Amino acid sequence: MKVTVTINGTAQSADVEPRQLLVDFIRTELGMTGTHIGCDTTSCGACTVLLDGTPIKSCTMFAASADGHEIQTVEGLKNGELHPLQVSFKQNHGLQCGFCTPGMMLVGKALLEKNTSPTDDEVRWAISGNLCRCTGYTNIVKSIQAAGAAIEGN
Amino acid sequence: MYPPAFEYWSPRSLDEALSKLQELGNDGRVLAGGQSLIPMMKLRLAAPANLVDINNLTDLAYVRADNGHLAIGALARHADVVDNADVKAISPTMASAAPWVADPLVRNRGTVAGSIAHCDPEGDWNSVMLAVGASVVASSSSGQRVIPIGEFVVDFFTNSLDEGEMVTEVRIPRPAGAAGGAYLKLERKIGDYATAAVATFLDLAGDGTITNAGIALTAVASKNLKVTEAEQLLIGQTPSDELFGEAAAIAARACDPESDVRGPAEYKRAVINAYTKRGLDQAFAQAKGGS
Ligand SMILES: Cc1cc2nc3c(=O)[nH]c(=O)nc-3n(C[C@H](O)[C@H](O)[C@H](O)COP(=O)(O)OP(=O)(O)OC[C@H]3O[C@@H](n4cnc5c(N)ncnc54)[C@H](O)[C@@H]3O)c2cc1C
Ligand code: FES
Ligand code: FES
Repeated sequence: MKVTVTINGTAQSADVEPRQLLVDFIRTELGMTGTHIGCDTTSCGACTVLLDGTPIKSCTMFAASADGHEIQTVEGLKNGELHPLQVSFKQNHGLQCGFCTPGMMLVGKALLEKNTSPTDDEVRWAISGNLCRCTGYTNIVKSIQAAGAAIEGN
Repeated sequence: MYPPAFEYWSPRSLDEALSKLQELGNDGRVLAGGQSLIPMMKLRLAAPANLVDINNLTDLAYVRADNGHLAIGALARHADVVDNADVKAISPTMASAAPWVADPLVRNRGTVAGSIAHCDPEGDWNSVMLAVGASVVASSSSGQRVIPIGEFVVDFFTNSLDEGEMVTEVRIPRPAGAAGGAYLKLERKIGDYATAAVATFLDLAGDGTITNAGIALTAVASKNLKVTEAEQLLIGQTPSDELFGEAAAIAARACDPESDVRGPAEYKRAVINAYTKRGLDQAFAQAKGGS
């Protein structure tokens, strides 16, 4: 079946089987590999994308269900310049291996759209569906807060 | 991991969805948030021949206070009932449970009605619904019926829907007097299912007498377990530490937990005892505060 999804602002179509998972549609059909596959069991959040602005796990949604919707992936963060989240993750050492980072930044983006100065607890709550095996989370929390401050300052 | 192949249907209206379900009969299955169904299909625990995706039925994405009850449409996501003013006003038990279902990303996609239809004894919502006396609206192309939650939840992953029926709404009655409720869940980490959990609900008359009570347990039996004997003990009584302790002891006796990775059976039984008492205390404090 034909699926058309607006990815990072551009409409993209592909002919897929109904059972194709959204994450594979993005990675394989569209060749955008910033969205990762970690657990493939809805547990880790490495596959997080924004569906009409809301973070979801793309390993647990069929591409067919995304037909007609807007998806944002990590590739869409940079708009000419790095997004404030990308800058702050770099500055605050918010990543080590980087595997969880696309998901963390997208969850951070959705959070900061509602609240640019979240508390530690609010950030930790927002990222509680995303696992990081490297950082111990502290610098991820700092990075998201610093990005909020930068967005506020602009 | 890939789910087995299936045919995909994406109706644009409820009528279209219901006639498709009617036509497919036992070969059709509703796809709501997919947060239980897709993982089960990946693991080959489910292999439906046809999926009827209801995500375009946006008319069903509501949470609203109707006359006499809170109405949750089939497409309301778990996230829609977190921090929701109508939910807080009508069902303190539901408001208390909402942030503890799954994790934030799963809550953005999974639906309350889908979770209720799924009848996983480790699922949180059916305990809440049993405690507050909810009912389920089942629709088919030949009409609608309202099923009390106690009749809807049949057993382990089994509900009482007929072929061609789907859940279109869940209804939570508005308490008559000053009400309070809690959902206490022990989990190993966010996103984990309950080791054990207890939903409590109390409705008090002006003089403090308990006019309605609800207690239901998660993950300690083959289905979410309503503890009718403890509820009956409470109704008509004046709240006291001793009374709540007795109700908690009944709940602990009524459950039938299994030892597994989340803990030994006796531990879970002790958690049920402690959480039932604590949940009733919290429900009572809240009802008193609100009256
Ligand atoms: C990592 C993770 C953690 C989780 N943790 C928890 C937790 O802590 N507590 C908890 O309660 N749940 C938990 N869940 C399950 C989650 O709540 C699911 O969203 C829910 O069980 C199913 O709702 P859904 O909308 O996703 O339904 P789906 O997965 O789409 O469907 C589930 C079943 O219900 C049927 N169904 C769905 N909607 C309807 C309808 N309207 N009418 C008739 N049948 C219908 C489907 O056909 C299917 O059989 C977790 C899931 C994941 C992936
Ligand atoms: S790969 Fe999707 S949640 Fe882990
Ligand atoms: S940086 Fe390695 S998993 Fe988070």
